[in-house]
Amino acid sequence: MSIGDRIAPRVAFGEAITELGRASSDVVVLDADVSTSTMTCIFRDAFPDRFYNVGIAEQHMFTMAAGIASTGLIPFVSTFACFATRRAADQIHISIAYTGLNVKINGAYGGVAVGQAGATHQAFEDLAIMRAIPNMVVLDLCDAVETRAAVFAAADYDGPVYLRTVRCEVPVIFDEAYDFEIGRGYVLRDGSDVAIVSSGMMTPKALDAAAQLESLGISARVLHYPTLKPFDRGPLVRAAHEIGRFVTIENHSVIGGLGSTVAEVLAEEKPSHVRRLGMQDSFGESGDDEAFLTKYGMNTQHIVQAARELAKE
Amino acid sequence: MIHSRMNVPCRNHTAMTVEISELEEKARRIRELVIRTVHHAGVGHVGGPLSMADVMAALYFRILRLRPDEPNWEVRDRFILSKGHSTSAWYAALAERGFFPVEHLKQMYRLNSPLQGHPDMKKTAGVDMSSGSLGQGLSAGIGMAIGAAHKGQDFRVFVLQGDGECDEGQVWEAALYGGHHQIRNLVLIIDCNRLQQTGRIESTLNLDPLDEKLRAFRWTVLECNGNQMSDLLPTLERARDLSAEGPVAVVSHTVKGHGVSFAADRVEWHAKTITDDLARQALEELGAADVNW
Ligand SMILES: Cc1ncc(C[n+]2csc(CCOP(=O)(O)OP(=O)(O)O)c2C)c(N)n1
Ligand SMILES: [Mg+2]
Repeated sequence: MSIGDRIAPRVAFGEAITELGRASSDVVVLDADVSTSTMTCIFRDAFPDRFYNVGIAEQHMFTMAAGIASTGLIPFVSTFACFATRRAADQIHISIAYTGLNVKINGAYGGVAVGQAGATHQAFEDLAIMRAIPNMVVLDLCDAVETRAAVFAAADYDGPVYLRTVRCEVPVIFDEAYDFEIGRGYVLRDGSDVAIVSSGMMTPKALDAAAQLESLGISARVLHYPTLKPFDRGPLVRAAHEIGRFVTIENHSVIGGLGSTVAEVLAEEKPSHVRRLGMQDSFGESGDDEAFLTKYGMNTQHIVQAARELAKE
Repeated sequence: MIHSRMNVPCRNHTAMTVEISELEEKARRIRELVIRTVHHAGVGHVGGPLSMADVMAALYFRILRLRPDEPNWEVRDRFILSKGHSTSAWYAALAERGFFPVEHLKQMYRLNSPLQGHPDMKKTAGVDMSSGSLGQGLSAGIGMAIGAAHKGQDFRVFVLQGDGECDEGQVWEAALYGGHHQIRNLVLIIDCNRLQQTGRIESTLNLDPLDEKLRAFRWTVLECNGNQMSDLLPTLERARDLSAEGPVAVVSHTVKGHGVSFAADRVEWHAKTITDDLARQALEELGAADVNW
């Protein structure tokens, strides 16, 4: 894959766990009758003996994964982010996080982009729920390169990890040299007038916005945070001292996700001007992904607009 | 002898009688320790631990393959207490079996204690799965049995669950899975004490016929009087042996609060403070005259 290719992270996830499964027979995969959506069907077809379709039984699935992990295996458990984090929140909390067992959770179809399915399938609070659970590493992944790297990093990490992947295609922005590490924030573009902080599928939009801002005479720094927890304060605090003006953009509610994290850290370290773009505490609805993002103020043009307003202040 | 997988095919009658009375004494001791623990703590569940004491005695002194001095021994049999609120009886069994000193029971419920109010696998030797939110134990047990099969290990998994707990949907998700896949080396014991927290089972959500429900889910089902060792022990042994072929459920009929007259079959004794006077009475009834530990 090369820069600019449009690849769905869910496909990258399915391929990465299959590659991982080839390297280690300790890797097993669980899914709750949505493997053709989460793309764990790629693993299923390669390793049918290590694939467990539990049926439409998410609560059972997450606790069963904990039991499997307790014997030393590494389960990757997939379902839609909404069902994982809302329906099975207690199972994830008690059986996986409290026990600290080595379970990797793939919240597929994270955020708004669920292909017209609408509000019941849109998870705007999955990152908030997962962030609030102790022991849980929380990742909101961007492109295919980052998703693959995160799958391998999660397998190397001993403990529960929530990996959020999206359904829609995302342009590849990283090349093979990308040095992904859990718990690290990245400066993807330097700038001095305003800082845009993004995660997941919103980072390509943040980069586009920064390019547009440059042509408007505004220099924007882009901070990319694939790991929401543990959060890498360094790049953010540096930007607070050097710039002090932030726009956050996330495929999630502004309550409890990236925008919240940024505001919390800045309030403690260096109070700054912050504008948080994302779902503003409302339910979603059906619609084409891009049209939806535009209606809810979460598209490239909104980042540009917010950054311009802030830069003037 | 307890570590052996071999079942003595036809134990002679006298040996069997001795064995039963030894286990009855263990169950009595577990009940005594439950009363002491809950009395000492000033809070805690009473009825649920007392109804399951005999199962603990049978499992920890006959059925389970364990090494108390090596609690994480890879091929140990696993036990999951899905009805985690009854853990004082489990702690008593673990202490009696040598996983930690009986003295530790005085620390239950206290800050910084290894003995939490509900089982914590990170804090307590011998605990293989944390629990407390009802309905999850069977799923975890199935996961462990799958792990064993995947790794070619022959350990068995025993899950003890409440009857009220069967209200939880996840229990039936797990039962469906276990039956469909005919999960081996898995035994589910249901402590049917006919009470849950606020009322009787039959007036809350009637489970009858529980055995037929489980059979319809493709489980082998055995029933016994779970407070009578001469019935319970052979039933658990049979369940263990039959589990080589597929999942087995034991419907264990018990009395909540068994062994203590004021608590027996009384819904308010689900959880309650044991006063000094009642503790003395309970210990007397349990044949533990000395109020000191
Ligand atoms: C998910 C969940 N809901 C509620 C409770 C509170 N609770 C603790 S014990 C109990 C009753 C359990 O009844 P049963 O399973 O029959 O156990 P036993 O009679 O052996 O005490 C309840 C409702 C809980 N621990 N977990
Ligand atoms: Mg009960």
